[in-house]
Amino acid sequence: MSVLLEIRDLHVHLGGSHVLQGVGFDVPEGGITALLGRNGVGKTTTLRAVLGLAPRQGSILLGGESIDREQTHRIVGRGLGYVPEDRDVFAGLTVEENLRLAVRNGGARYELVHELFPELRERAAQRAGTLSGGQQQMVAIARALLNPNRLLLIDEPTKGLAPALVSDVAHVLERVAETETALLVEQNLGVVRRLAHTIVVLDQGRVVHTGAAVDLDDEALVHRLLGVGQADGRGLDGARTAEGPASPAPERDA
Amino acid sequence: MSTFVLLTITGLGLGAMYFLVASGLSLIYGLMGVLNFAHGAFLTVGAYATWFTESKLGGISSVGLRFAVASIIGLAAGALFAAVVELVLIRPLYLRHIEQVLVTVGLSLATIALVQGIWGSDARIYETPAWFHGTTDLAGTHIPNDRWLDIGAAVLVLAGLKVFLRSTRYGLIIRAGVENRAMVTALGIDVRRAFTLVFAIGGVAAALAGILSGVYFTSVDPARGTSLLIFAFIVVVIGGLGSLTGSAVASVVVGLSQQYVNYYSTGLGDLSVVLLLALVLLVRPATLAGRTA
Repeated sequence: MSVLLEIRDLHVHLGGSHVLQGVGFDVPEGGITALLGRNGVGKTTTLRAVLGLAPRQGSILLGGESIDREQTHRIVGRGLGYVPEDRDVFAGLTVEENLRLAVRNGGARYELVHELFPELRERAAQRAGTLSGGQQQMVAIARALLNPNRLLLIDEPTKGLAPALVSDVAHVLERVAETETALLVEQNLGVVRRLAHTIVVLDQGRVVHTGAAVDLDDEALVHRLLGVGQADGRGLDGARTAEGPASPAPERDA
Repeated sequence: MSTFVLLTITGLGLGAMYFLVASGLSLIYGLMGVLNFAHGAFLTVGAYATWFTESKLGGISSVGLRFAVASIIGLAAGALFAAVVELVLIRPLYLRHIEQVLVTVGLSLATIALVQGIWGSDARIYETPAWFHGTTDLAGTHIPNDRWLDIGAAVLVLAGLKVFLRSTRYGLIIRAGVENRAMVTALGIDVRRAFTLVFAIGGVAAALAGILSGVYFTSVDPARGTSLLIFAFIVVVIGGLGSLTGSAVASVVVGLSQQYVNYYSTGLGDLSVVLLLALVLLVRPATLAGRTA
């Protein structure tokens, strides 16, 4: 399998903290790679560094081409879709305006988006700030899916969602993964087991494990890499998961 | 009653000028987080470009046509100057707020010094169409026509900006950028173009305020930009940083209170505006964080 995203010796300093300390891993073309780790180990920062939203040093190659010195809008223009951790929908804009803003180079896939999230068509004229958390997550994911992507960066898409919605979001991501590559940060190990082919585990700003998603079936390994509660079906934030009860919103990752 | 009507219309005219300056300030802060202390310089450049152009158009016999042509040049000069300031001075200092303040304060002072150096400190008389100096009778009083001009211009600018923000792609980008600039770039949009555009729009509005102030006060002087900028900043803070509608409402409130208090308490108008600002900050400090365009 060819490598789509290649990260080598990635360093990020934020507010005097050395958040990423030489992170390096590959994201293979096709399927979902899950980026795992406890809160604050640098998962969100890694995604933001790839996008150029965090000041970074190191090498980042997308399809063999260097993007580590490019500006965010140019990186995204190469075909990166981004679903941020806290949704970051534009509250004062309508659902339709949120989607329209995301259209790149024409060819928007409104049909796909409305097929996956029919509710968004009905709520097109509603301000995004008045939507529920789950509906806002739909807008955030739809915004990324509106354009064909070479790589999707998805940050905790099930965070704070009700159990039924967690399953819906997982189903959508499963469908997306049939055609697009994704790097997924996710606390819910049930969702990760269902979706991911490959896993990368971070700890204290470094990669401590890379392997196949089946590694998560090894409870001892999960416990060693991810800490307390993994073997008993808890998510990385300590809440019960296994695609079950939603995790309470953890603190924002570093 | 007639005095009250006159004060009201004059206050609205003054508020209109405050709004023209404040609208650009508010959008620039809302989108870019830049406290632009050089905004008064845009006004000065527009006003002086208009006066200078008009003085060189002696070949055109019609005062109205001369003033119209000069005003267009003045507006263009304001837009161009503002865009160049953004590209050359602000862009390299993106996210370096202290340096931005220092640069814009320095530019403001330098512009005044430059204008004084070239044309002196004395006020320069504006030659304007006769209708501007006439009056219109309303409710038993004579309202100077230029007040209608100020109010009409501000209403048109407010409506134009609203339409622009609602109906165009750049308007959408600006509205979204006021909420979350980083997310706009994460959607693949080069938000810096919107920065330059917002500066240019602010420059046009400020230049228009400069031209109208020339009509209102019948002259323009090097310190005009600074004196109007102080009240525009107060308007922006009261109205909510980044809020266009808030700036419009606050402009009216500030202009009216200044006129009423000036008349009924003999010259305490400016103090009343400062007290109003203090009151708003005490009662609703959240206006400082208002970021809705």
